[in-house]
Amino acid sequence: MAEEAHSEGSGLVFHPLDQFIVKPLFGEGPIHWYTPTNVTLWMTIAVLCIVAVFVFGTRGRAIIPTRVQSVAEVIYGFIYKMIEDVTGHDGVKYFPYIMTLFLFILFSNYLGLLPTSFTPTSHIAVTAVLGFGVFIIVTLIGFVKNGASFLGLFWMADSPAILRPVIAVIELISYFVRPVSHSIRLAGNIMAGHAVIKVFAGFAAIAAISPVSILAIVAIYGLEVLVAGIQAYVFTILTCVYLKDALHPHH
Amino acid sequence: MATETIAAGAAHGATETAKAGMPQLDFSTFPNQIFWLLVALVVIYLVLSRIALPRIGSVLAERQGTITNDIAAAEGLRQKALNAEKAYNDALIQARAEAHKIVAEAKAEIQKTLDAATAKADIDIAAKAAESSARIAEIRAGAMDAVTEVANDTAKELIAAFGGKADSRAVTSAVAARLKG
Repeated sequence: MAEEAHSEGSGLVFHPLDQFIVKPLFGEGPIHWYTPTNVTLWMTIAVLCIVAVFVFGTRGRAIIPTRVQSVAEVIYGFIYKMIEDVTGHDGVKYFPYIMTLFLFILFSNYLGLLPTSFTPTSHIAVTAVLGFGVFIIVTLIGFVKNGASFLGLFWMADSPAILRPVIAVIELISYFVRPVSHSIRLAGNIMAGHAVIKVFAGFAAIAAISPVSILAIVAIYGLEVLVAGIQAYVFTILTCVYLKDALHPHH
Repeated sequence: MATETIAAGAAHGATETAKAGMPQLDFSTFPNQIFWLLVALVVIYLVLSRIALPRIGSVLAERQGTITNDIAAAEGLRQKALNAEKAYNDALIQARAEAHKIVAEAKAEIQKTLDAATAKADIDIAAKAAESSARIAEIRAGAMDAVTEVANDTAKELIAAFGGKADSRAVTSAVAARLKG
């Protein structure tokens, strides 16, 4: 695709990945761990949006909710029910933690769909912290709640005796792959969608192709709106599933 | 293919992206991103767990309570309405029975008066009839006497006319015998 573009016109320039560059907000220079960057900016906007919906929107504590309050209530009920359905009643005390993950991912994804914005969840550094955070917390919960019997998660008592060690090894590997797939799934989906939109936008420079290109951008954008919600949902429900494994390791 | 595109795109990029490759793999920005991510997550967690979630939870519980109360109140009101309807029907049935009783009483009263009047009328009629039959009998008896007298006189006159001497006793008995036959 890129080579085609090269041959077609000299005016055609692709920077599909420039949107992911982390830069300092003020001036140039090296990025230290504390430097306010566009990451900082968009995470702050996400936090402010969450505060706007969940704190200012519910300010009235109305029995008959306002629009914003009912949005907050629907999200609350959705995640609460998901945790209760997947992990059972003893998972409910981790509700604030799971809600934090869900809201951060959801708002970052949707804010990232604004033109010229920056999407923190498209960065593997961010999603890996989220994914490995879930992995470490869930594993700790598993050992704290069940002690050594948490290892029963890998030992299929109802499978044939000869296969059990083999299955245990496979289960162990799949358990350690979980955080990797968990984080790459999110970053990959978000990054790919944004990059594809940028590629199509690059083609819009050619007058003959631009209508097709713009239609394609609209279509991909619609798809990305779906993906943004679905990936937040998938991340959250997988967190719930892992949490369920930690709370009830015996199948 | 994808990596080719990415590499080509990035390589094509201007001065700022002199370092080719995905910005995602630029490890120099990792500490920065992770730091700000942790800050954001902690802020969101605190806001949610301290303010937002308890508040929404209490609102939902309160609403559930209100709904339950309202349903209970509605149930109470419905019961009341049913009771009122029952009382109304009872009153209606009672009133109807009362009306039936009054009608029956009035009917009985009228019947009694009617019976009395009929009986009185019957007695009057019977008395009148008896009186009438007595009169008829009297008249009949009067008529018989007159007939006998006329017959006796006629018989005497007839006998006298034929030149005989009428024995009045014999005539009378003869007439009486004839009249009887």
